[in-house]
Amino acid sequence: MNGLDVVNGLWISHYTASSCIGRGNAATLAALRRGDIGLSPCRFDIVDLPTWVGEVPGVDEIQMPAALSHYDCRNNRLALLGLIQDGFKDAVLEARSRYGASRVGVFLGTSTSGIHQTELAYRQRDPISGAFRDGFCYGGTHNTYSVADFTCRYLGLSGPAAVVSSACSSSAKVFGAARRMMAAGLIDAAVVGGVDSLCLTTLYGFNSLGLTSGQACRPFDVDRDGISIGEAAAFALIEPIPGQPEPDAVLLQGVGESSDAYHMSSPHPDGLGARLAMASALSQAGWRADQVDYVNLHGTATVSNDAAEAKAVSGLFGADTLCSSTKGATGHTLGAAGGVEAVIAALAMQHGLVPGGSGTGQVDKTLELNYAREPHPRDVRRVISNSFGFGGTNCSLALGRADAL
Amino acid sequence: MTQVAYIDGIGLLGPGLPGWKAARLTLAGREPYVPGATVVPPASLLPPAERRRSGAIVKLALCVGLEAVTAADVRPQELSSVFSSSGGDGDNCHAICEMLAGDDRLISPTRFHNSVHNAASGYWSIATGAMTPSSVLSAYDASFGAGLLESLAQVAMGEAKCLLVAADTAYPEPLHGARPIPDAFGIALVLARDKGPNSIARLSVTLTEDPGDQIPEEGVEALRRSIPAARGLPLLRAIAAGGQHDIVLDYLDSSRLAVTVASC
Repeated sequence: MNGLDVVNGLWISHYTASSCIGRGNAATLAALRRGDIGLSPCRFDIVDLPTWVGEVPGVDEIQMPAALSHYDCRNNRLALLGLIQDGFKDAVLEARSRYGASRVGVFLGTSTSGIHQTELAYRQRDPISGAFRDGFCYGGTHNTYSVADFTCRYLGLSGPAAVVSSACSSSAKVFGAARRMMAAGLIDAAVVGGVDSLCLTTLYGFNSLGLTSGQACRPFDVDRDGISIGEAAAFALIEPIPGQPEPDAVLLQGVGESSDAYHMSSPHPDGLGARLAMASALSQAGWRADQVDYVNLHGTATVSNDAAEAKAVSGLFGADTLCSSTKGATGHTLGAAGGVEAVIAALAMQHGLVPGGSGTGQVDKTLELNYAREPHPRDVRRVISNSFGFGGTNCSLALGRADAL
Repeated sequence: MTQVAYIDGIGLLGPGLPGWKAARLTLAGREPYVPGATVVPPASLLPPAERRRSGAIVKLALCVGLEAVTAADVRPQELSSVFSSSGGDGDNCHAICEMLAGDDRLISPTRFHNSVHNAASGYWSIATGAMTPSSVLSAYDASFGAGLLESLAQVAMGEAKCLLVAADTAYPEPLHGARPIPDAFGIALVLARDKGPNSIARLSVTLTEDPGDQIPEEGVEALRRSIPAARGLPLLRAIAAGGQHDIVLDYLDSSRLAVTVASC
């Protein structure tokens, strides 16, 4: 090993999330404390489905910088909206001056990137030739990498960069990519996160699988019947742990990854892959399962996901560890979910809060979990945050406070 | 920092390059390059239901992945994996966008789950039973370099062996005009931390600001320029030629990968 020692973890020095429950951390924390639900009936674009979504207000009013106008699409507008909250951009620029632009990596998760721009372009094709109208820029918008490319250019970073696009585990897995790059000595710090935005592909796609609910989603409810799709931008700046970290500093202590090897769009019924990922995160962090204060569940509110995840969680943690899914509040923000929920975990640890499972009425008693329906104050020092996705991809993050080291 | 690993197995499929074994002499410059459309075989690794549902990028990724693990004589269940692609399955993406632009927007479930960028990774894990971590990346034209760096970092972090699959397929029109990838192309490498009986070459890789190498043969250079996964071809040429070579692979606008390749 010739890079950074990551055994004790890495420091999440700055973070921010913007979703339908709020722009930035203060609004997000207030919404979590109140148990807000940010979902509403879908009015997005021309979508005519009986489903609810977590839409971020004002995304299309965001103006891209003139020099970066070829990145203009809903996904990159949402990325920009996220980057300018909570002083995140300034924190990165400060890190850039300290480490050097080429020593800060960028690893972002997205599932559909700016494909909405291509969906619009297909509706506006020349009726005779089938050609796009002028002005369509594939590389800056639709391409999976565009959000990382935009972010590198906006922040003036020139280190290694990539998008991780493994469906709904994408922006949890970016923490693993950054950790490896830092351990290998290729970079000294990294901007990670996830950005996914509403588009027809995911709304009609999840509908085709019968996985969207006709109302606001109800994770772990006895009557849960599917997801509500949301959109979000979440970012974190990862640096080496300082010599004397503040007691409430948030540390990335483990990233557990696995594959189900089972089915493209259904989880392993016993949650085997999910359990492997959580066990691997615990092992990297050097934690016993009973030391974990709170599990932020993937909890999409589909019948099969929640049942499989409950088996995996109760199998590993027993039935006492507090847990909840925050997707009843934010919706399922797909490739941004891992990033959003890492920020929620950080807020929970720094502000002493167990987030509640908003939207859930009667918890499914066949699932053996200590499910927190209501938000409540509590000392939270160690969190496991789960993100799983199509293709059987699983990622669990172990996030802890420095005073729990 | 220099990243070091051994290559234990190689898979290749592209226009006029029907497999690593078949294309080796061509890449070594001992036989002429003869252009020809990529012929992607059915995904024999998959169970019948998944085989029917899989698209071109999945078949391509599984084909090169299988060639590499067979050559390396490793069990795929023991490998972590990295799948890197600029844009996933081009035909499937076009079909979805066309349906969503029409009056009946009810796309099929199979089309939707095949649209995820990690389709090839998911099918690979189903086909091989590998429950190991799998990273799925895109970096547009830099996707090969991004995949190589991630694989090297996995090996440096303690994974004994890692499979890298870099693969791209073409879009039909009108997306083809906006992203003119001419044909399907894939490279797979089994990377190992330690030298073993099947090791072919030793790699050491650093970031550099030097320009990327071009390939003297015009037809092969055209592939390298037009297909992101084919940005790895200078590496395969150096391995095919044997001996020790210093090469530079294209990566991001801001940096390239300096690679020293030495035969084992």
